[in-house]
Amino acid sequence: MRKTMLIKNGHIVDPSQDIDGIGDIIIEDGKIKEIKLKGQGSKTKGQEMETIDASGLYVFPGLVDMHTHLREPGFEHKETIKTGTLAAVRGGITSVCCMPNTNPVNDNRTVTEFILRKAFDEGSCNVYPIGAITKGQKGEELAEMGMMREEGCVAFSDDGMPIMNGSLMRRALEYSKTFNVPIISHCEDLSLSEGGSMNEGALSTQLGLRGIPYASEDVMVARDIILAELTGGRLHIAHVSTEGSVRLIRQAKERGANITAETCPHYFTVTEDAVKGYNTNAKVNPPLRRQKDVEAVREGLKDGTIDIIATDHAPHHKDEKLLEFDRAPSGISGFETALSLSLMLVHYGVLTMSRLVEKTALHPAKILGIDKGTLKAGSDADIAIADMNKEFKVEQDKFISKGKNTPFEGWKLKGMPVITICKGKVYDCRKLIGG
Amino acid sequence: MKDLIGIKELSKEDINVILDTAASFKDVLKRDIKKVPALRGKTVVNLFFEPSTRTKTSFELAEKRISTDVLNFSVPTSSVVKGESLLDTVRTIEAYGVDFIVIRHSSSGVPHFIARNVKASVINAGDGINEHPTQALLDAFSIVEKKGGLNGLKVAIVGDITHSRVAKSNVYLLSKFGAHIRLVGPPTLIPDMAGYGVEVFYNMEDGLKDVDVIMMLRIQTERQGKGFFPSTLEYFKNWGLDTQRLELADKDAVVMHPGPMNRGIEISSDVADSAQSIILDQVTNGIAVRMAVMYLLGGAKENA
Repeated sequence: MRKTMLIKNGHIVDPSQDIDGIGDIIIEDGKIKEIKLKGQGSKTKGQEMETIDASGLYVFPGLVDMHTHLREPGFEHKETIKTGTLAAVRGGITSVCCMPNTNPVNDNRTVTEFILRKAFDEGSCNVYPIGAITKGQKGEELAEMGMMREEGCVAFSDDGMPIMNGSLMRRALEYSKTFNVPIISHCEDLSLSEGGSMNEGALSTQLGLRGIPYASEDVMVARDIILAELTGGRLHIAHVSTEGSVRLIRQAKERGANITAETCPHYFTVTEDAVKGYNTNAKVNPPLRRQKDVEAVREGLKDGTIDIIATDHAPHHKDEKLLEFDRAPSGISGFETALSLSLMLVHYGVLTMSRLVEKTALHPAKILGIDKGTLKAGSDADIAIADMNKEFKVEQDKFISKGKNTPFEGWKLKGMPVITICKGKVYDCRKLIGG
Repeated sequence: MKDLIGIKELSKEDINVILDTAASFKDVLKRDIKKVPALRGKTVVNLFFEPSTRTKTSFELAEKRISTDVLNFSVPTSSVVKGESLLDTVRTIEAYGVDFIVIRHSSSGVPHFIARNVKASVINAGDGINEHPTQALLDAFSIVEKKGGLNGLKVAIVGDITHSRVAKSNVYLLSKFGAHIRLVGPPTLIPDMAGYGVEVFYNMEDGLKDVDVIMMLRIQTERQGKGFFPSTLEYFKNWGLDTQRLELADKDAVVMHPGPMNRGIEISSDVADSAQSIILDQVTNGIAVRMAVMYLLGGAKENA
């Protein structure tokens, strides 16, 4: 017997079909069957179907998070594919791309296969591995991109370990054209950021912490844009945090460069002030910057310079963050706050709901070349349902993710995911329990 | 107040109380018997994660003269090298029942981190490139002793400001008391100190003109290889303090240095040994100031 489900009376937002209105969605066997907008055709009969009443709620494609760390294999004390994907689902995220900095590094098809098998067995959402550009992420020689691509990698990146050798980055961008996959660049000139643990400026002096200048990011963004133009490779710039990067990307796009860019909720929400008191949960790479950078990132989102929002979910064990600031690892556990922080952009009038869904679902799916981020008939029913006006307090201890490292602890946010539908299952986000 | 974490965290009033108290301890140090029983029965641990001779000796002497029991935590034989976390190390030491933890660490913010996690009074003896509060207090004490006050004084701090916790603590202290602060040194070694009313000079001659106090900083020769300056010879030519340059300052200007000095690199022997040098006074005053800090923190604990 076919399993059908009805999501009734929600405010449906699907920019892939220019839908932005009240209506019903019918799901059959885990696929979208039909969308009926109010005032179009006959009323949906819902008597025999499982029905979700979405009155007063937004219904949109589940988030496609292009930048995450699931930590498995090798760092299961920080996160596993099981806990990470369930945390993602709690956050309205239905697809995640996991970066290759595991142990062993995902630089060969065997590791890719392991991740995909684990994800199939234990994952609550869809998992798309990102392969390493270079063997062992050492920045020395190319990894077997072709074979990893065949196995299921959707992009390549040495995230966290920027490729300092310009010639090698050039070859990676060239070689990747064979498979038409994006090269995701963590733009950081290590010689400029060496020894730094927060944004460089008056505050870093005041805290006695060595700074990472904005130039460390901007210089590499400039280099990689130029290399992308030279090679025609597809460059995706990860976690944009500076005013300068936004400007460089904007100018490159005006020239027609084949590049895309992402930012993360923390870069459009908080400044370096969060580090005060040596709060290691606010230590992240690139570091939190100044107010003018936050504003520039928002402006970049608004005018389309920045194509997508990703979490850079980087869970760490509590003990690892309970260290000297300069010794603590960088990273923010982002799955369970990302959608709420993004919805704040809608409240602030930076983005419309439709633009937001483009950046969290449609654009990342397009960049990755995967059939996600849409509610078109026939596509998988990966759906997020959010209550725009629900206020709540961020409580790290209630995170499902093993990583409780958030600079947003205790923040009051407005707007949260309430139901996520993924891989044929319906999750009530408020009832998923972590700890 | 439970801890002395940094000058930033102190009010002007707090500092005045410390300096006044230090003055009475200095009188004690002039006596034949230089010991008071003020903190008898209290235990101090000197927890030095970074090599130090002067600061550690000064603290230890101060601790003995105020009658505390002193415990030295020796880093090379400690668990730190065995991979124990800092917090575990500190909690272990706390379990011994210590009342004060005097800590020096190469990471900025460590005293703050520890203070949040232990009941003992934490005294920062230097953290990374952040602060060295007792040094700034003893510097202030030494200046006041010679100049009568801090307000309105022109103070030049010369050298590697970026990597100097001494310079930072002094800037924070002097700015609270209305001194005119000049930072003098190569642009590669002067950080962004917006908000503290400092004036920056890359030219030593301009920076020293008419100043009342010259604070020289130790230049670490390893900075030479990292591109901060090309050679110690060129450094001394541009930012070294010699007799000729000293003449540009006010005729009653005093010369200070936190030690240890590199003679011929940042300061000439003539200047270091001149009548204007108060470098050895700083050393003596350091003991009185550290006694005062412990006395005030320990006292606050008893009243609590």
